[in-house]
Amino acid sequence: MKQQIGIVLIAIAIVVIVGGAWILITTQGKERLIVSTTTSLYETGLLDVLDAQFEAKHPTINVSFISQGTGLAIQTAMRGDADMILVHDVAREKAFLNGGYGVNRKIVAYNYFVIVGPDDDPASVEGLDPVNALLAIKAAGESGEALWVSRGDDSGTHAKEKRLWIMGGENTSLLRETSWYLEAGTGMTTTLNLADEKRAYTLCDLGSYLNNYVLGNIDLEIVVEAGRDTLNVYGVIACDPRNEGLSHVKFDSAMKFIEFLVSDDVQEIFAEFGISAFGQPLFNPAVEVLETDVNPTTASWIREQAFIEGSECPLEKRYEAGDLTFLNITFIFQSIWRESRS
Amino acid sequence: MTNIILDGIVKAFQLLLSLDPTLYSIVLRSLYVSGLATAMATLWSLPIAAILGLKNFPGKRFIRASFNAFLGVPTVVLGLILFLLLSRSGPLGMFGLLFTPLAISIGQAILITPIIVSFITSAIEAIDVELRDLARTLGSTEIQSSIAILREAFGGVTLALIAAFNRAFAELGVAMMLGGNIHGLTRLLTTAIALETARGEIAFSIALGVILVIIVYTFSIILNYLRRN
Repeated sequence: MKQQIGIVLIAIAIVVIVGGAWILITTQGKERLIVSTTTSLYETGLLDVLDAQFEAKHPTINVSFISQGTGLAIQTAMRGDADMILVHDVAREKAFLNGGYGVNRKIVAYNYFVIVGPDDDPASVEGLDPVNALLAIKAAGESGEALWVSRGDDSGTHAKEKRLWIMGGENTSLLRETSWYLEAGTGMTTTLNLADEKRAYTLCDLGSYLNNYVLGNIDLEIVVEAGRDTLNVYGVIACDPRNEGLSHVKFDSAMKFIEFLVSDDVQEIFAEFGISAFGQPLFNPAVEVLETDVNPTTASWIREQAFIEGSECPLEKRYEAGDLTFLNITFIFQSIWRESRS
Repeated sequence: MTNIILDGIVKAFQLLLSLDPTLYSIVLRSLYVSGLATAMATLWSLPIAAILGLKNFPGKRFIRASFNAFLGVPTVVLGLILFLLLSRSGPLGMFGLLFTPLAISIGQAILITPIIVSFITSAIEAIDVELRDLARTLGSTEIQSSIAILREAFGGVTLALIAAFNRAFAELGVAMMLGGNIHGLTRLLTTAIALETARGEIAFSIALGVILVIIVYTFSIILNYLRRN
């Protein structure tokens, strides 16, 4: 008798689990758009806002954000496990496009990296530009007065840090052998906590810094402010359905999401997100800056650092883009650009 | 720091009492995903354990040792291997399972199989030899006698299932790698904790952790109570 009750109970449990699971764990007939994105963007909470807005506008599409470091985020898309990428590493975005994985790149937003460190500033970097600040930290580190924490996880932030070291003539694979250069190998918040505990310097995107500072997790101060060399540009790319390994991607939905990201309403969300919590926005919308003359200095930095072959998206990497337009460096800009590079 | 921990515990109860729908959907989803995993794992682990516990054959020791060794497999490694298998460019890519709750259930089921097999095999072996022979003679078929013996080992079987469910419910690596922590689809308690920690929302993470422990604890108590009756 007891065992029969047991069997009945188990049967009921199975029915409840399977039935309930069906409701909770399916997208219920909606088309699923998978956006592979970076942790720095996701952890701010901005994407949850965008998710709700987009699904309200397109009720037949379910947006799923997978957040990983930029390196892994791009790999996930290359494997065919995502429909589009939203990342911040121009060099790897370019490789993604040229490898035949992506089309229709748009620049959607930007912000800045800052160098943060202990408030007594043992390496005296305050007021220096980023590259000289790093060299000063290195000098102080070698005499045992300062520490540097690197993300070390192949993320967009890590890529930026490596580029800054290279600009200063340093080799990061040699630096990592030294005792003042610590490799965290984790996300931004953990890295900040590590730097805070060790009273070390680190490179951080402004959004993650403000978030942790306001929450009281860290008391590191910004020692090198935002500037040309620490620009951080977010780009979106749809996976190319003509690629053999990516033929299943939901290209139409991905294009809808790109159009959504560059629309006036969503650009406005970028401009406002974070003001109420941090007193300043975490991201700046890029579309207006690039299309008009409101902020020519920043626009020229973006063109210089985040355009690929003189354009947001090279001509041969545009495919069935519909109403979407791509910005090119005009002839005049192009000559200035060439000059600045020679 | 102690303040943050206390804050977290207070917040945990506030959250539980607030009936926040997002929280409850995460809790329910975690229960369903791990429940399904335990059901699946039981389905194939019971016969394996019965064979290992009752039969003698060459290589049996090696198989038992293998299951024992896999008790300690790091979840991230298992998650990574299954990630590569289920990926669109992997051998099982055509099913499109990656980043779905079912993928997490499958991963967790594989994760907890060694627990169920090892525990139940030990429970069967712990039964008195004479009792086992008696069960064998009473049952007319092998399956019937196996069921009779499993019934004798009922305490061990429930313990195995509790341990297995708790391991699945509390693991992070598989859920993160195979589910992707998607809001409203594959976000479970453990991946939500990881996300909130990464976001620097420490008190909220602790609150979610407390809720996880409360659920595991309640679940264990209920099953223990059932077992004794």
